[in-house]
Amino acid sequence: MNTAAFVVIAVFTLAAALAAATNPNLMHAALSFALAFVGVAAFYFFLGAEFVGLVQVFVYIGAVAVLVVFTILLTRREGEKHRGVNWSGVLIAIAVFAGLAWAIVKTPSMSITPPQIAPLTVKRIGEALMTDYPWPLMGAGLLLTVALLGALILAMEDKRE
Amino acid sequence: MANFVDQIFIRAKQLLLAPIIGHAPDWLVQIASSLLNIFALLAVFLTLFALISVLERKILGRMQNRYGPNRVGPFGLFQPIADGIKMLIKEDVVPARADKVVHFLAPILIAATAILALGVIPYGRNMTPFSIDGGILFFFAVGSTTELAVFMAGWGSNNKFSMLGAMRAIAQMISYELPLIITVLPVVMIVGALNPDAIVTAQAGYKIDIIPRWFVLTPWGAAGFILFFVSGLVESNRTPFDVPEGESEIVAGHMTEYSGFKYATFFMAEYIGMFAISGLGVTLFLGGWHAPMRFLEFVPSYMWFFAKLSILLFVYIWLRGTLPRTRVDQIMNFAWKFMLPMSFTCLIAAAVWHYTGRGLRGWLWSFVVLAAVYTALSILLDTRRKFATRVYRFAE
Repeated sequence: MNTAAFVVIAVFTLAAALAAATNPNLMHAALSFALAFVGVAAFYFFLGAEFVGLVQVFVYIGAVAVLVVFTILLTRREGEKHRGVNWSGVLIAIAVFAGLAWAIVKTPSMSITPPQIAPLTVKRIGEALMTDYPWPLMGAGLLLTVALLGALILAMEDKRE
Repeated sequence: MANFVDQIFIRAKQLLLAPIIGHAPDWLVQIASSLLNIFALLAVFLTLFALISVLERKILGRMQNRYGPNRVGPFGLFQPIADGIKMLIKEDVVPARADKVVHFLAPILIAATAILALGVIPYGRNMTPFSIDGGILFFFAVGSTTELAVFMAGWGSNNKFSMLGAMRAIAQMISYELPLIITVLPVVMIVGALNPDAIVTAQAGYKIDIIPRWFVLTPWGAAGFILFFVSGLVESNRTPFDVPEGESEIVAGHMTEYSGFKYATFFMAEYIGMFAISGLGVTLFLGGWHAPMRFLEFVPSYMWFFAKLSILLFVYIWLRGTLPRTRVDQIMNFAWKFMLPMSFTCLIAAAVWHYTGRGLRGWLWSFVVLAAVYTALSILLDTRRKFATRVYRFAE
């Protein structure tokens, strides 16, 4: 049962990712990209990481996908041209993939059977963030505040002109 | 007896599942149980949608001094059936230059996300269709997908009105998602859980045996509820914030190029989204399925939930019948200059309430915090300067 679910999710995610990379229609590619995010979120749910899965949907589909789609909309040129192959992009993708694959293969936990741990509830994550890791949390908060203020300044009308 | 009536739907479900429990593997029972939940949800809310679509027209008619629909069936109650048949047999027009796939998928996605959000709301005692730990987060995660669906509708139609309408809809949805979520935070903070069931449980019981412990009866809860309700109005594109649609400016916004059953799907998704956001408001601030008085507890819990939901839905219709529309820039200014600071104040007021003992003292202190910020904001924004005093030139 579990293996079947894994295969279904994996095939779904990879197919969506492949469509995102190869589809000549830029908007379709972006939407396939969002579909690949859904697949990754399904993976998180499948592994019992409910919170991470929900945040994946929230941030990547609700915000990142919308951002990507808007970028395409606002920068689209007249008469859509078919995308050529961007070799530097291919190179970077291969490098990232190799780095990640190397890190995953080298991880010792791959061969260990998972220990029985209590389900990772939102409450436990919150407690860990507020007690053990307050500085990363504050750093993230500061970064987001700066981003918000920066966006406000960029969008603000210049009154002096 | 009261307990039996309260749990009658749970019993019915157990009875339906009884033949396969023990004989079928566990996952099959789980799937069957989920399917029953989904079926019940769809049956209840699609009926409610049919009912509210005719009731809205009736109530609006009453407010505007005319009869609403009154031809089909007794009091026009069969109007939704007639509407449904009409929508089904209408021609489905797809523009020649449209992006066919995206155009087709948008209404499906928008309806799916709206219905998914209904799944985590507790409708009564033991009556949460899908009780998940991060239920509130699930609600908003699913809700944020709506923006992508609206964009798909606007872009897929390949029409200027559609695209502009989608832009307006997305702009106001993104702006109001912030106050919407931040007004939910105080509740989550006070309860200490993201699970809707835990939030309802935290509002059980009565103070001095009369006053229910609903969050709306605390200052931060009342302010939060109002902010939540206004944000909910915007999120479901209802009057006075219905700028994505406008016959005189951008036709029907992102729904311009949709006809027949696809348009009906958009319409349905809008109403289901309204039910979902009202249901969440009931759960978070109005005590969920708890009765307002102790002696009224014999009435089944789901009756209370739907009574509160109906009141909120009536207010939605009432506002539509009374308020004029706002402009886009007014909506945006309101979001960023008033809603956002006020919702942050709610968070602080809730913390003050908690640390001053959750009693009368906490009540007063959090009220002081809210009142101070509200006064400061109204002075700072100086809303009066924007409007000149009205001069009557000809009707002195």
